[in-house]
Order: sequence, then C-alpha cells, then structure tokens
Amino acid sequence: MSLINLAFKKAKNKKRPALLTYTVAGDSSKKKSLEILKSIAKYADICEIGFPHNTPIADGGQIQSSAYRALKNGIKIKDVFSIVRDFKRSATPKPIILMGYYNMIYQYGDNNFINICKKSGVDGLIVVDLPYPENKDFAKKCKKKNISFIQLVSPTTSLIRMKKIIMDSHDMVYYISMLSTTGGKLKVSPEKILKKYNKIKSLNKNKNIVIGFGITEKTIASLRKADGLVVGSALCKEISKSVENRQNPVTNVTNIVKRLRKKIL
Amino acid sequence: MIKLKKKIPLIDQHDKNGFWGGKFGGNFIPETLKKPVEDLSILFERLRYNKSFIKQRDYHFKNYIGSPTSFIKLQKLSNHLGGAQIYAKMVSEANGGAHKIYNATVHCLIAKKAGKKYVVGDTGAGYAGKMLSMAAKRFGLKCKIFMGAKDIKRQKPNVDAMKKNGANVVPVYSGSQTLVDAVSECMRYWVSNCDNTHMCVGSTVGPNIFVKICGWSTAQISRELKFQIQSEFKKIPKKVKLINCVGGGSSAYGFWSEFIDYEKKQIELIGVEAGGPRSSKLHAAPLTNGAKLGILHGAAAYVCQNSEGQINETDSISAGLDYPGVSPIHCFLKDTKRARYTSATDEHALDAYKLVTKLEKINPSLEPSHAFAEAIKIAPKLGKNTIIIVNSCGDAKKDRDILKARLGNNK
Repeated sequence: MSLINLAFKKAKNKKRPALLTYTVAGDSSKKKSLEILKSIAKYADICEIGFPHNTPIADGGQIQSSAYRALKNGIKIKDVFSIVRDFKRSATPKPIILMGYYNMIYQYGDNNFINICKKSGVDGLIVVDLPYPENKDFAKKCKKKNISFIQLVSPTTSLIRMKKIIMDSHDMVYYISMLSTTGGKLKVSPEKILKKYNKIKSLNKNKNIVIGFGITEKTIASLRKADGLVVGSALCKEISKSVENRQNPVTNVTNIVKRLRKKIL
Repeated sequence: MIKLKKKIPLIDQHDKNGFWGGKFGGNFIPETLKKPVEDLSILFERLRYNKSFIKQRDYHFKNYIGSPTSFIKLQKLSNHLGGAQIYAKMVSEANGGAHKIYNATVHCLIAKKAGKKYVVGDTGAGYAGKMLSMAAKRFGLKCKIFMGAKDIKRQKPNVDAMKKNGANVVPVYSGSQTLVDAVSECMRYWVSNCDNTHMCVGSTVGPNIFVKICGWSTAQISRELKFQIQSEFKKIPKKVKLINCVGGGSSAYGFWSEFIDYEKKQIELIGVEAGGPRSSKLHAAPLTNGAKLGILHGAAAYVCQNSEGQINETDSISAGLDYPGVSPIHCFLKDTKRARYTSATDEHALDAYKLVTKLEKINPSLEPSHAFAEAIKIAPKLGKNTIIIVNSCGDAKKDRDILKARLGNNK
C-alpha cells in the first residue's frame, strides 16, 4: 500500500478526515520551510509542497506571495528536492506531494523530473496546468515509479468527464470546492460542496477524495465528512504575517495546523 | 520536419490536441477552465460558419470599425531610402486606433451569443483594453481590464479612454507589472468567474481557442490588403515583403494570413520583435533570440525563460511588444521557415519613428515603429521592383508621454 493510501486509512480508522497542508518550498527561507514541514508533520497527515513558479495562473494572492518570496530567496528545483529528502529523513516524515506548474517539469524533462522525485522520496504530484486527458502519459510515467499522479476535479467538470478522470486516477483525487483561485473565500455552502463530493465518491468508493480551496479554521469542521481536507492559503498567509511581524513562522504555522487538527477530531 | 498545409487557414492547422506542428499551442489550463474553454470552442466553431453571424461581423467591421483601412504609398520615405518601394497598410485608422478592435469586437459578439453579461480582458499597450472597453460599451457588456501597474503609468491616454468607456481598470502589481502579469491575473479572474464572464485574450496567445478567435478576427486586415494590392498593381507583384511587428503576434497573423500559401520568394513575411534598450540584455524577442520552448499562459511556445522554467523579465519601450512569449502560430511559421523573425532595439524604433513622421503624414505607434525600423534597414539594399508593405497597426497618440520624454523637442 502506498504511503498516501496508508495515511488516509489511518485517518479513517480514527473516524476523521486526513489533514493535508500546503506550503511553498523555500518560504520564508529554505531552512525555515523545512523546519515548518518537520514541525507541522506532527499534526498533518500528508504534506503538499509547492515548487514556486513566477507566472502562476491559478493561485490567489496568498500563495503568490509565498512563491515570490521563495523565488526571491533564490530557491531552485534542486533545493526543493533537497528539502523533500531532508524531510523524509526526519523523525516524523509524512507522505509528500509536490505541486506546481508544468513548465518547470517540462524544462527538466518529464522522465528526469519523475526520477528525481522518486529518488528524493516524493509520493505524489499535482500539476495545476496539465489537465486530463493531456496528463495521461505523464500520469502513466508517474505510476510506473509508484508516484501518485493526483487528478483534479472542479465544479465545472461534467459527469462524463468526471467518470473518465476517476477511472484513470491513482490513490487520490482533488476536488476543487468552488470557482476560484486558491485562497478565495468559501462562496459555496458546505452542504453543496459535500453533495458534489458524494457524487464523485459514489463513482468509486475506493478513491480518496480530498476537498481543497477556501478551507480555513472557520470552514474546516463543516467539511469533515470528506476523506481529506487541504489547507494552503491560510498557512501561506500566516507565514506572510509572521515575516511582517518578525515572528517565527514555524511556531505560528504549527499552531494553526494544531488547531485545524483539533477541529476535525 | 514540420510542414505547413496549403489552402487551410493557419489557425486550423492544429491537431486534435490543439497543437500546431505537433508541439506549439495546446491547452495547458487548470481543470476549472476545461469546460468554459470547451464551451467556447464549440460555440466559435458553430458561429464562424453561420451566415448570419458572418453578416453581423462584417456589418460591424464596416460600420463600426471602418473597414477597409487605407493602403498608401510612402513616396517620400521610398525616395529618401532610394531602394524598395514602401507602402503602408494604415490599420491605425480602425476605430480606436489599432488592430485590436477586430478581436475585441468579435469577442463581444461571441460573449453576447454565449449569454454572458461580463467581459474581461488583459492589455499591455492599452489598445486591447481600450478596444474591449469600446466594444463592450457598444454591445452592452460590463467590462473589466487587467493591466500591469507599469503599463498604466506609461500608456495613460489609453487608460483614460478605458475609464471613459466605463471599464473597470484593475492594476496588476505582481511580477514585472507588465503584460505578462496582466494576462496571468486575467486568467486567474476567469478561473473564479467563468460561469458568468467571457474572457478575451488580447492577442493570438493563450489556450488554442483564443489563438484561433483572435487570428480569425485580425485576418480581416489581409483580406482587405490582398484586394488593395490587386487593385494597385493589377496582380500580386513578384517581390513583396510584408513587415509587421510581433509581440503576441495578432496583427502580424492578421496581416499575413491570406499570403501564407504564396512562395517565400514572392511574398516574404518578416516579423520584428522588440529588441529592448540597446544597452540592456533584456528584450522581448523570443523568436529572434532562440528562446526555448516552454509553457506560458496555457500554450506551448518559445518563451524567454531561465533554465528552471521561470519566465524572464522583459524590457521594451513598446508596451504592446513587451511580452516574454509569442503566438504558437508564429513559432510554427518560424520553424517551417515561412516567416523570418528579427528584432529592433528601442533606439532603432525611435529613430524609425522620427524619420517616418518627418517625411510622411502618418503617426505610427512605437509597436509598428519596430516594423518601420526593419523596412528602413533593408529598403536601401533592395531594388525598385521590390514592394515593402508595413502594417502601421497602431497610432502613436498613446505614446505621447514616452515620445516627449525620449525625443523632447527634436520631434
């Protein structure tokens, strides 16, 4: 069983959704982003790490700020992999999902990128601008190396398309809760989101479906019936705030993740 | 070896995945945009063959845009340079002062057919935004324009025009605060509002369908030109050079589309990119400088980028050309060697502007001044039987402040 599946199983056994965090590699610095990961891993089940791109077409302000900060600090792809390696060697490693835009993978070369992911201990990949079915070949290559390629489903995805996507998906599927970039305010009621979620779930009960976009301390409890919940922008925002106030982002972000975890117990 | 097909419009020479030449273009978009892009593609493919829609388009092109724009000889410039005969297609006469009005008008017509109430667009030089705001006003659509903060400052006349037309101009402060960031922000906005909003991409860039709609719209320029050349010369002359500036590449495609099937020996297509300031390494000329293939704003094309795939900052005196990417269609024309691409520096463009406006009664903006720079460079070396035609695709009113700062009283 893959580490990602195992993480979902563990959470399910405790009758709670898996908690997935998203932070950007290199934010607020290379060292700090690793410390943040190590620290929040105590409370998170799966950690997503963004490899920052300077022309993100689907990220809201909070994640953009994190990405620009990381790039300003000179973060390179090789640093992202070294953060993953160090994290995987730490005392409480969790499954790692890398998330980013396709151009960076494309410049690296698909195979090259996937190989280094494997070597570094990456468990899954989300590529924001490589949709289905264009991602089929890439997803196959990932599967060969036992890396989960995570398909996305959105409120605009038709039922026919959804069926195809679910059929070709690996361990986990990411449901985008609403029409929004990351970090938008939840503009759809949790009931509506869960209704759509149940529809996706009914297509294949064995897939782990996570909900992301608009999830904060305020909204997380209302969606706790899902297999997993992703919190990203709220954490990136906290890092920005900490940097601004000259506080330690590690402590502040960890406190949020701790509180998020409590809300879904 | 990739090849062009004859008798098929270039915008339709892509494969089922949306790629020209198997590698340029495509649809690198977030899942949320898959459905709206697909809906738009289906609607456009239906409309473009619908007689009443074509009639509507032609009506607005004629009565609203003012087609055809004139085709004139630049006699004094030709005499001064003493070589090829230089002509200009005065697309800047189009309503609003540039070719962007074709794409904007078509997008608003499509938005109406799609039942959308809002239209959103990006702009660099401000022309795409100004025209979209004009067309939106005419067709009763609410309009929002994303524009880099740096461009808002340097192209103020167009910003004023947008506001006057009732558009909401949203400054973009991220990244280099120019067109590249405006397009990103516009796409992000569309991701969040695609249920009631139509997006207009301002050039032949972006996901496949936007390249097609824009190219289909600007193609009007070369339909007029072909007719005008035939009536001027009785037939298509033996040696013609069509020179056009290239940023995203919408005016160049529109200027060339009817002539792509001709032999290169007869009709040469020359695209002029922005070489940036002479003293700077920065530029906006991915084709000229051999930039690598990359993914930007939903399409694969040659992109100014670093080895990690981060998009490079660009620099050009011309906001309309100041873009790190270029249309997949121009990448295809480059690799099939049908078109030749070169660049002109800021200084060359300014010199060209000075010379052209000194000798002729036209006032090309800084974008076509890049094309004039190439014409001025090659004309003296060519014989009198060579016909150079420059697409004067924009009017310099918007460049008032830059020209004043750079040329002062010399002009």
